[in-house]
Formats: sequence, C-alpha cells, structure tokens
Amino acid sequence: MLQIKNLYAGIEEKEILKGIDLEVNPGEVHAIMGPNGSGKSTLASVIAGKEEFEFLKGNIIFEGEDISELDPEERAHKGLFLSFQYPVEIPGVSVTNFIKTAINENRKAKGEKDMPAGEMLKKIKEKAELLEIDRKFLSRSLNEGFSGGEKKRNEIFQLAMLEPKLAILDETDSGLDIDALKVVANGVNKLKSKDNAVIVITHYQRLLDYIIPDFVHVLMDGKIVKSGTKELAKELEAKGYDWIKEELVK
Amino acid sequence: MSLKDKLVSSYIAFEDHLEDDSPIHDLRNDAIKVFEEQGFPSKKEEAWKYTSLNALLKHDYNIFPKNERTIELKEVRKYFLHDIDTYKLVFVDGVYNSFLSDTTHDSIDVCLLSSALNKAKYKAVIEAYFNKTAVKDSLTSLNTAFAKEGAYIHIPKHKEVEKPIEIINFSTGNEAAMLLQPRNLVVVGENAHVQIIERHQSLSKNQVLTNSVTEIFAEKRAYVDYYKIQNDARTASLIDSTYVSQEQESHCRVHTFSFGGKLVRNNLNFYQKGERCDSTLNGITIIEGKQHVDHNTLVHHIAPNCESHQDYKGIFADSSTGVFNGKVYVEKDAQKLDAFQQNNNILVDDKASINSKPQLEIFADDVRCSHGCTIGQLDEDAMFYLQSRGIGKKEARALLMYAFANNVLESVKIPELKARINKLIANKIGVSLGFEL
Repeated sequence: MLQIKNLYAGIEEKEILKGIDLEVNPGEVHAIMGPNGSGKSTLASVIAGKEEFEFLKGNIIFEGEDISELDPEERAHKGLFLSFQYPVEIPGVSVTNFIKTAINENRKAKGEKDMPAGEMLKKIKEKAELLEIDRKFLSRSLNEGFSGGEKKRNEIFQLAMLEPKLAILDETDSGLDIDALKVVANGVNKLKSKDNAVIVITHYQRLLDYIIPDFVHVLMDGKIVKSGTKELAKELEAKGYDWIKEELVK
Repeated sequence: MSLKDKLVSSYIAFEDHLEDDSPIHDLRNDAIKVFEEQGFPSKKEEAWKYTSLNALLKHDYNIFPKNERTIELKEVRKYFLHDIDTYKLVFVDGVYNSFLSDTTHDSIDVCLLSSALNKAKYKAVIEAYFNKTAVKDSLTSLNTAFAKEGAYIHIPKHKEVEKPIEIINFSTGNEAAMLLQPRNLVVVGENAHVQIIERHQSLSKNQVLTNSVTEIFAEKRAYVDYYKIQNDARTASLIDSTYVSQEQESHCRVHTFSFGGKLVRNNLNFYQKGERCDSTLNGITIIEGKQHVDHNTLVHHIAPNCESHQDYKGIFADSSTGVFNGKVYVEKDAQKLDAFQQNNNILVDDKASINSKPQLEIFADDVRCSHGCTIGQLDEDAMFYLQSRGIGKKEARALLMYAFANNVLESVKIPELKARINKLIANKIGVSLGFEL
C-alpha cells in the first residue's frame, strides 16, 4: 500500500528526514516511536504533502503511484488521511458542514455526485455514535474552543467519515485522558479492516495497549534505526531510548 | 468649470426654489459657505491621506437629476429583503418612489425628509435634531446645503418596531454622470427599538457619486441596529457620513458590509453623551480589482461607565486597497470606560494593500482601552489542514476567508439579512460551497 524509499526531506536548508525506508501493507498497523525532535511529525506531514517541507529525494509510493509531487488534497482523494496533532480551529463552520464539504469534495474528485442528504445524515449519526459524540457537538464550530480530547475525537470522527485506505495518527494520544483514549482507540479498531492500514505516531506506548501494532519502528535523528514487534514498544517504555543510541554506537 | 464651482453657482438657483420659511434655510446658507471655503477634501488632509477623490471629481456630474425613468419591481426585487415584511423608503435618482415604498405614520413615522422639512407638525423635531450632531466639514456641509430628500424616521418612546426599515437609493443611469446627496434623519425615542438597513444601488454602468449623510439620535435606553450594505456597481462611488448621538444606556450598532463600488469612504462617528452607553461598529470588507474602501471611524466618549466595540475585517484581492483609520477619543469624565478596537486584514494578492491606523486619545485615568491590527495572508497550517481532508485549494481558501470574517456576522440580528450577507460573501469569494454558510 505504502512504500517509502530512501526519503530525505527538510525545512529551510535543514535536513530532518535522512533516508527513511518503510513499507506498509493492507491490514497492518505500524507504530512509529521516537524521542522529541526525531522527525516523527515531519514524516507524517511529508507523507500528507505539507508544502512547508522540502522534499529532497526518495520516493513515496502509495497504491503503486509516486505521490511525492501531489497536492495534499490529491493525496487525500487517493485515500490518505492524517489525524493532526494540533487540529486547526475554523470559526463559523460547523463540524457537520465541514465533514459534508470534505466528503463531497472527495466524491467530486472521483467524478461522483454529492452524497444524498439522507445517506449523509445516517452516516454522521452512525459514526458519531461510534465515537460517543453527541449531536450538540456536531453543530459547534470546527475545533473552536474544543478541549484537547474533543479535538482528537473529532479527528477520528473525520477519519471514520472519510474511510481512508491509510490513516496516519500523529500523537493522537497526547492530551487525552484514559477514558477518551479508550473511546478513540476503540473507534480506530472498529474501522480497521484487512483492506486498510494505520500508522500510529506516538511518544508513549500507552496508546499501543489499545491499538495493537503489528510493527514498531524507532525513529531517531531522521532515520528508522530499529524495527520490531509490539514487544519493542514495551522495552522502550521500560528503558527509554538511550540504550538504542548505545547499541547504534557499537 | 470644476465640480466645486458648479455646485456653488447652482446653489442660488436651488435655494430660490425652496420655501423661505423652511426651518433649515439658514443652515443651508451657512453650509454652502463652509463648502465654498473648504472645497473637496484632498490628500493633504491627514484624514484623507490614503483616499483621493481627484479621479471622481473629474466627471461632469448632473447635480439635479430628473426622475424620468420608472423602474419595475421585478427589476429591483433582488435588492430588497423580500422574504420578510419590511417598511421601505425607496428613492430613484434622488426622488421618492411611492410605488416601491411602504411608509407609515401609524404610531411611528417612516416617511420622507422632504415632507418633514415642509410640514408644520414636524417642525419641532427638525429644529431639535436636524444637523445637530453632524460635523461641519466640507462634504457634510455640501450635503446640508442641498439637503432635500431622504429618510425621516421617528420612533416615539417605548415603541418597539418589529419590521425592519429598508432605505434604498437607486440610480438608473439617466445621466452620464450623476451626483446624489441623500440625507437621512433617524430619531429613536426613550426605550424604543428600531432596525434599519440602508443600501445604494446603481442600475447602470454610468458614473454615480453619492454623498450621503445620516444622523441618528438614540435617546435613553433606545436600541438602534443599523446595517449598511455596500455592494454597488463598479462605476458607483459612495461617501457616507453617519453620525450617531447616544444618550444614557442606549445601545447602537452599525454594521457596514463593503463588497462593491469603485470607491467607498465611510465616516462613522459615535458620540456617547450619557452614562452606560454601548456602541458597536462592525465591518466586513471584501474587495477586488481596483476597488477602494476607506473606513474612518470615531468613537467619542464623553460620559462615564460606557463601552465601545469596533471590529473590522478586510479581505483584499487583486490590486484593491483599503484604509482603516479608527479613533477612540476619551474625555476626562469618561471614566470606567471599556473600549475595544480591532482591525484584521488578509491580503490575498501581492498588489493589494491596506493602511491601518488605530488611534487612541485618552484624557481619563481609569479606563480600559485596547486596540490592535493585523495584516497577513491565509494561515498555511489551516490551508494544509483543509487540503489534507480532500478540500481543494480554492474551496479551502473560501472556507478560511469565511471563517475569518464570520464573527462579525454573529451580531447581525435579522436572520434573513444574515443569510443574505452570507450569500454575498460566498459569491464574493467566488465559490459555491456544499452548504449554506
């Protein structure tokens, strides 16, 4: 589904990603962990197409096509979704209107007609229930005055509505209490299928107790320095990152 | 002959036609003298530094347009708030049009300034209020000298007017170039409420220059909501001078929506004369091409325990230009004041520009005043967020511009008007969004 080959990217002359290789297949959950400043969020933004970052070299192949030159919306139309660490506030545009616009823009890109209003409402209702979101929330302005937890829940609600092939969850656990974390993780798990895939970017192993990864990768200084199974995440939780550094020096 | 000379020399003939016992006869004579002395404002004056009238003054305006053309309702229906019942004062080329209007004398007066100036029963009100709050500057004086027609609205005390009042000035393009000078007087009695919508609309591509003056008097605890819709043709220019005089505990709000016209200058002046007054000055400006919109505001705080809020948003595309010159003047007795002023702008294109100058002059020592202005582009992080959801660049920009201007709309209290402005904004931004904004 996704193949990242020897990816280099940076910002304003500063190289941040220094040769990333990663392969994600349908049905898989990958976790990317690493200390602050290792390039985790940059990797997520570069995959999603944020223009601020300079793509230096390498390939991002998604569903067999190199998407590294595409606009963010074109990547979304192909089935890529990024759940933001810091979702943006859009006053005056309700959650419902925003998601309707997003869905219909995606359909338009595929040459499909707008989703019929009845179908849309039914889907909104169903996905809102999945994430334990009440109706009042849906008529509020997007992210405006939302608590950290509400913002993250809203991100996963959008994920549920858009049903992408590949979802990248960037620090979705930050700012969540344990109950909200369970709701969000439960939502993600219910949306998982053999045809889609998830990349979970996280600092802590906490979220990985609920969204069980098939693979865990450690990102340090712009490179994936170690890959393993979920046991690796537990080891990192217990021992921190220093032992990996030491291992690398050897 | 320059426009100034033409106006001054026409004045005598104009005045001759009016009745000598008019209560404003002397006011007119004084006013034309002020205009003759001062002439049209130039860029040398601080208040006109960024707005030049030179190009506009070159046209040979007809200053006494004849109303020869009638207009059909279906031609102009779209300019009214037709989905709700309203009082209407409609002027075509400066002349009252009874067919399109809907006036009343039933416990309130929504009628013509021309009758108020001529009929004895209005004399007391005219003498008490007319030209009493207007500043005697050259353009207002020019209007006063030729003041003849416009809206006369008098709401007696304790009267809540449920229907909004629409004042619409059409120009038909009968003349190659036309100067219109409507004059409105609004007197809102103690504890009375009123909502007024004003617009100027040219129906042709001929040059129109409107020099409009409105005086609003809000007595104790009166509530006044005044909406200005400025979405005129690209050959029409407007200089609007509005003066709001507030007594104790009155609430006055003026919203200015500037989307159209060639050049628009808004001189909006508030005078808070009694305690615990509340003033709101809100504006949304969305312009493009070579359009120019200048907001020149003044809130003059005289009495203590008052509030004022100014919130102006501007979106400037192409090589359009904007000015915000907002002044808050606090006299020494105006203690415990809370004054807020904000002007935020987005420049969509490199050639667009805005001159923003918030000013505070404070002579009281126990006040809270804040002001700020921002000038920027659309937030890149927000653009990325929307695009990453599959929303194309154009729609994403539209959504963000809408979000930027939105909070100003929240204080529009007439739902139909709000929907209308929403639609105008969506049109202006140039997209049809998948939902009603």
